[in-house]
Amino acid sequence: MIRSSTALGIGSVFGAGLAAGGMTDPRIVLGFLDVTGAWDPRLLLVMSGALLVSALGFRLTRRRGHSFLGGQLQLPTLHQLDPRLIGGAALFGVGWGVAGYCPGPGLAALAINPLEALLFVPAMLAGSWLAKRLAPG
Amino acid sequence: MNVGLQALAVALGGGLAIGTAVVLLFVVHGRVFGVSGLANGILDGLSARRRDDLDWRVATLIGLVLGALVWTLVIQGSPAPRSGFPGWALVVGGLLVGAGTRLGSGCTSGHGVCGVARLSPRSIAATATFMATGIITVYLLRHALAVLP
Repeated sequence: MIRSSTALGIGSVFGAGLAAGGMTDPRIVLGFLDVTGAWDPRLLLVMSGALLVSALGFRLTRRRGHSFLGGQLQLPTLHQLDPRLIGGAALFGVGWGVAGYCPGPGLAALAINPLEALLFVPAMLAGSWLAKRLAPG
Repeated sequence: MNVGLQALAVALGGGLAIGTAVVLLFVVHGRVFGVSGLANGILDGLSARRRDDLDWRVATLIGLVLGALVWTLVIQGSPAPRSGFPGWALVVGGLLVGAGTRLGSGCTSGHGVCGVARLSPRSIAATATFMATGIITVYLLRHALAVLP
């Protein structure tokens, strides 16, 4: 119960930040990716702000062994670059450029722009499921 | 570019909030805030009937949707969402985003924010890659082929 409440609060800070930064509006995101058009710098500012705080946070907490709720601090352990990583990221970028949504804003669109989310979100989940079935890691 | 100074400042503030949430999820829960990872964890947990990490993952994503909704309705006063965007592009984009983030083990939040903040070589490479293909895709669809707005 505690775990879910803190997660709900933390998620809502993240979601409010996304919306404040304009990231829940795919027109603003596509404007950022449109470097030869009317470029919109907001994604760069959102990313910079987020990186500033999280880089500091990860640095300050790296010697902690446990989270406040008791579990171990879990970070990805892979360091090797491989074709799966780069190919996957490349496909993701194409999809991002087509629709203007990455996963967070896509989910937020369920509440903000449900007409679009009802197409995008099921397709995203299907894509993830298919990739897992067809190319298990 | 014609974005006002105030919108730019609010965008930076939004980024600071996102970073705060990332640090909190790590310090309080011990987990990386990657939206595709959270969604895939739920998807896989449901299909394997494992319930162990379902509660906080679902709560995080519900919080994300609610936080975005409240900010949009209350603070911004509900600006008009995009309309008239072709359905095929939403479906194709969704399929590629889902498959790509699964294969590439992360998205804008997990790689772009958490991974880059930790200076993970994998995340830096992934972020450079999806930014590049995103920019190329928008150039092709919007300018070269002019098939999408």
